[in-house]
Amino acid sequence: MTAMIETHDLSKDFVKKLDFAGKIATHLGADLHEQVVRAVDRVHLGVEKGEVVGLVGESGCGKSTLGRMVAGILAPTSGHVFFNGEDYAELSGPQARRAQLAVQMIFQDPYASLNPRHRVETIVGEAPLVHGLASKSGLADYVDDILKRVGLDPECKRRYPHQFSGGQRQRLGIARALAVKPDFLVCDEAIAALDVSIQAQVLNLFMDLREEFDLTYLFISHDLSVVEHISDRVVIMYLGRVVEVAPTEVLFEQPNHPYAAALLAEIPRLDQRKRQFKPIEGEIPSPIHPPSGCHFHPRCPHAFARCQSEVPALQKIAPGRYAACHLNDEPTPKNE
Amino acid sequence: MTDQVPTLEVVDLATHFFTKAGIVKAVDGVSFSVGAGEVVGLVGESGSGKTVTGFSIVGLVDPPGKVVSGSIRLKGEDLVHANAERLREIRGNQVAMIFQDPMMTLNPVLRIDTQMIEAVRAHRELNRAAAREVARNALGQVGIPSPNERLKAYPHQLSGGMRQRVAIAIAFVNKPDLIIADEPTTALDVTIQAQIIHEAQTLCRQTGTALIWITHDLAVVAGLADRICVMYAGRIVEAGPSDDVLDRPMHPYTAGLIGSVPTHNKRGERLRQIPGMTPSLLNLPPGCAFRSRCANAQSNCQQTPDETTPFDGRRLRCHHPMTAIERQP
Repeated sequence: MTAMIETHDLSKDFVKKLDFAGKIATHLGADLHEQVVRAVDRVHLGVEKGEVVGLVGESGCGKSTLGRMVAGILAPTSGHVFFNGEDYAELSGPQARRAQLAVQMIFQDPYASLNPRHRVETIVGEAPLVHGLASKSGLADYVDDILKRVGLDPECKRRYPHQFSGGQRQRLGIARALAVKPDFLVCDEAIAALDVSIQAQVLNLFMDLREEFDLTYLFISHDLSVVEHISDRVVIMYLGRVVEVAPTEVLFEQPNHPYAAALLAEIPRLDQRKRQFKPIEGEIPSPIHPPSGCHFHPRCPHAFARCQSEVPALQKIAPGRYAACHLNDEPTPKNE
Repeated sequence: MTDQVPTLEVVDLATHFFTKAGIVKAVDGVSFSVGAGEVVGLVGESGSGKTVTGFSIVGLVDPPGKVVSGSIRLKGEDLVHANAERLREIRGNQVAMIFQDPMMTLNPVLRIDTQMIEAVRAHRELNRAAAREVARNALGQVGIPSPNERLKAYPHQLSGGMRQRVAIAIAFVNKPDLIIADEPTTALDVTIQAQIIHEAQTLCRQTGTALIWITHDLAVVAGLADRICVMYAGRIVEAGPSDDVLDRPMHPYTAGLIGSVPTHNKRGERLRQIPGMTPSLLNLPPGCAFRSRCANAQSNCQQTPDETTPFDGRRLRCHHPMTAIERQP
């Protein structure tokens, strides 16, 4: 069975070009180079139809960049994204348009992703009209229907985005994405900016919509408790690389990669009272000068010589489970 | 504990904002106290008045806002009627504040050492070299590697987590009696959040500083606070020891907040949600502000519930508190 979305060796580099003064300086013999940040580094990711995959990592790990490439907003530097087995880059014409419409994105800040000078009816109705999903005469009903499904009153479609609360605006962002009948939604920190009680409402909406429209999600978040709740599988990224892929339950019971284990230990939980916080040492290194070998080795309690020199490959360690850690190759089982 | 004067005692505090559209009662009758070395979590959603409460304590409420009634006592000293000069002496020395965005505390065009030495010398008679030494030690205490070099850096050269550590170091540098931390980890990653909480926790234990941790995240205060005050629409609706409040919430709002945390729900199932949204504080009708979202609401909720003490250590503002049966999942 082919996965709905699949990425092969997907990489994205961001290059900071030399400015004018820098160019002159290099002409005169200065040793200046363009700064290259490898935001996403040869990532393989597969999402099956109907699945919810959680993508977790700290800021700067490349999870949003990966999401944007999957959604077709950013062009990859190298590698391929396959949608239903077809390469994005090779599609053209109506096929490409269909693939683009089928994958939609929901952003963290709905206010930044909605045009403040358009009314709700335009925001939600523009794309389906352009793409012929709704006729001009049927558009009003079409928009009403979408708004109702995301829990907004159709009465408010003459309003502007600033007239809504944060939670309602996020619903608006969801309505905009749903209006073109997508199969796949990339939710980039979609509930991070919302209040706790509103988070639960929007999270419930995501689960309702999944059943109603048979949707597949790539759910990007830094909040592990949310990801644990909604995802079937979890992908953990660190500095541009995938370090572990596992079914949610297995991962939360027994993480394999030391980074995954550390990350799980750090989530504040309601049932952990008055605990002494014992954090992992250090911070995320700069992606401009990432550490050699395994990116995590300077912070890893189990690191040994090989971790500094060799990049660990993402290996299958159990059915459906992958991890990129040299410890898995060691003959002796690691002891905590 | 009880016969001692608490580090901070807030009684019936009301801070209102007199806007053109009407009076916004951002804080409306809030009372709580913090003892030395104690950590109190002030929990609420946006617009619940938790930040304004913090600002009122340090006298940072700007017009059109004004503390209209109530008293704030720091070790017995009245802060509401203190003059501006006395407040300046207190701020940064006896009371310090940590903000969500460390760039609010740090001046972007001054080096870290300039800012820290200034903070030390504002309240202590030390020469620059001695003040620098104090600053260096403070940076070391919050876990900043190679503090000597960091002192020479500008804020933009540091990462978000590092900046927040510097802000915490500045807050702790004069060994204050009270620190008010306003969502200091909200903008940070989980691993950095754990580190920051760890530093704050250790420092408070070592120095006996009282800490008010303002947050919207119940899970954070669960691991940190001794006592929790839950705020809703400008009032403390429930307060008590952390374990007690989290295990046996009595106010329907507290129960709803706890219920909507994903880990409290079975995976893949719908979260228990609180319907509706937080009300506008402008011209809030009398009565319990939560009644429109409350499953237990009845007609007498149109009268503002008085604060009750259902049992020792617990305070509650509710006509129809949750019973043990309702709390069962």
